[in-house]
Amino acid sequence: MKVMNLVQAINDALDLKLAEDKNVVVYGEDVGVEGGVFRVTEGLQVKHGPDRVFDSPLAESGIAGSALGMAISGMKPVIEMQFDGFVFPAMNQILSHIARFRNRTRGKFSVPMVIRIPYGGGINALEHHSESPEAYFGHTPGLKVVIPSTPYDAKGMLIAAIEDPDPVIFMEPKRIYRAVKQEVPEEKYILPLDKAKVLQAGEQITVIAYGAMIREAQKAIAIAKQKGYSVELIDLRSIWPIDRETISLSVRKTGRALVVTEAPQSYGPAAELISIINEEAFLSLEAPPSRLTGFDTVIPLPLGEKHYMISPERIAHEIERLIKY
Amino acid sequence: MIDLNTLDKYNPLKDIAYQLIDDEGKPLDKKWQPILNNDEIMRAYRDLLFERTADLMAVSYQRQGRMYTYPPNLGQEAIHIAAGMVTKKQDWLVPAFRELGAWLAKGVSLREIFLYFKGNEDGSRFQDAPRMLPVSVPIASQLVHAAGIGYAMKYQQEKDVAIFAYVGDGGTSEGDFHEALNFAAVWEAPVVFVVQNNQFAISVPLKMQTRSLNLAVKGIAYDVPSLMVDGNDIFAMHEALSYAREHAVSGKGPFLIEARTYRAGAHTTSDDPTKYRSKEEEELWAEKDPLKRLKGYITQAGIGNFETEDELIAEFKKRIDSEFEAAEQHPDYKIEDVFGFMYQEMPDELKRQKNIYENYLGAVK
Repeated sequence: MKVMNLVQAINDALDLKLAEDKNVVVYGEDVGVEGGVFRVTEGLQVKHGPDRVFDSPLAESGIAGSALGMAISGMKPVIEMQFDGFVFPAMNQILSHIARFRNRTRGKFSVPMVIRIPYGGGINALEHHSESPEAYFGHTPGLKVVIPSTPYDAKGMLIAAIEDPDPVIFMEPKRIYRAVKQEVPEEKYILPLDKAKVLQAGEQITVIAYGAMIREAQKAIAIAKQKGYSVELIDLRSIWPIDRETISLSVRKTGRALVVTEAPQSYGPAAELISIINEEAFLSLEAPPSRLTGFDTVIPLPLGEKHYMISPERIAHEIERLIKY
Repeated sequence: MIDLNTLDKYNPLKDIAYQLIDDEGKPLDKKWQPILNNDEIMRAYRDLLFERTADLMAVSYQRQGRMYTYPPNLGQEAIHIAAGMVTKKQDWLVPAFRELGAWLAKGVSLREIFLYFKGNEDGSRFQDAPRMLPVSVPIASQLVHAAGIGYAMKYQQEKDVAIFAYVGDGGTSEGDFHEALNFAAVWEAPVVFVVQNNQFAISVPLKMQTRSLNLAVKGIAYDVPSLMVDGNDIFAMHEALSYAREHAVSGKGPFLIEARTYRAGAHTTSDDPTKYRSKEEEELWAEKDPLKRLKGYITQAGIGNFETEDELIAEFKKRIDSEFEAAEQHPDYKIEDVFGFMYQEMPDELKRQKNIYENYLGAVK
């Protein structure tokens, strides 16, 4: 075991797969010599060579589309979109081809590739550096979409994503890249890409979150605990497919549900989760399922983020409101 | 002066940059006379010095934690100051994010620029620069907007209007760069594309970015007249931009300038260039510093001296500090500022979301 943060755990998974499988390549903007603007790929080019870990020309659509070409011809590309907001030029390739190639060719071609995307706000960044675009991907049939929130999950899920026969959008909560540290096995292990995880058992309410919102939810639960409330916390981990079983078991038990996402509200993951809760646990509900999400606005520049980002206090307040409902 | 013969002589396929003064500021051709008069040259010097001072101070405000991520302009100022001299009030400026001196010349205030990089969209209003677009972070995406503005200017029969659109060397790899050149050419839109080739896209050097002989050749396939220029030679840039503007507004369509320069600073204040380039390379380019070369010209032409430069810089710093303080005193970011500009009229759903949040704030007060 070794203590790692998210950046180190992701680096470790890439390192391990590069060493194990000659068909794995890692590329994108500044991922080679520089080791990525967040240093996620640091040291990998030196170790595995510039034909395996490299800087591509600056063109996100080109990066995504070329990765499809590699993937359908026997390779396993892991590409990086430098920031969440820079994935948009690649959306044409992701939506029109990467997500559909298997179905279009009736399984003749599969697209085993991973698109890594550092995402989310709260880091005082420039515009287009703080987006939460997971709903676009979750809404696109043919993609698997995952978001780990801990180093342990990040390593095991990234290895699984690289080994998966289908395209995986692997979103990394950059706000907590270096904030969360934990012991991570140095050897290889694989975690499922379709399972949520109960992080904390509780009785009165289920809070469902993912990514950087997990840490905020944990702080909120500590506040709620002081008031005597018992809260169950689920880390969704997989945006698509959603783990219905874990969610429905929990909400049937607690009778209350709060979904917390940084992404804007409308047509977002919270809407999907609450639909599932209504389908699976309607008769157990003691309060209307609730959501705390980003507003249906552009995420503001740093000085406005204080209004946009969801605070632990706000989550705790909503937990109490639902329990007292 | 640039004419059709010059364009032929400096055909991008010949891979020679248009240049008028050497690294010390001496004219390459003894017979050459600048089209700028002495006052204009001294003004260019002061403007360049001002941009440099403001830019260095912006980096230091960021280092002091008073401003967020900022992209330094150091080493590229001759392009911006030359563009500022050529651009007319009625022209459009379509920026990327590293053209400080050109923005200032267009009427953008330092207060606004600081406010923007402090993290407030109010800094993108550009109150006194109606034909200035906001900073465009998604690389090269702004160039197609320039083609559209060019179409609109033609359609609305606005005469003598050019659109100056900026991109970096890395941006020439994006599809939007190629689409913009093609659209502007097909529509004969009056766009002057300025590629600031500062040799690096963050950490990626030009030789990893393209196999093209240079970046100006990329215009040829779209039938866009193109010229590679020494971007650290303010006289060459001024002549090239003047010619390009004249070409565009006379109805001949777009023009492309590759301005060869060097990003002497970091990509942004979040970047550390020692990871990917050598001190030797930086020192080599420091010899070609645009301020040094302009001052060299002024000295050897005997049109001015720099005895009062320290006082000038001190005066600039005062002005810049007061602009920064004005940005710091800008009203607090309100909830209204998050919601108020999404639509012309705020839809009920947004009002509802805003109310819920305000009610929460009221409840926990």
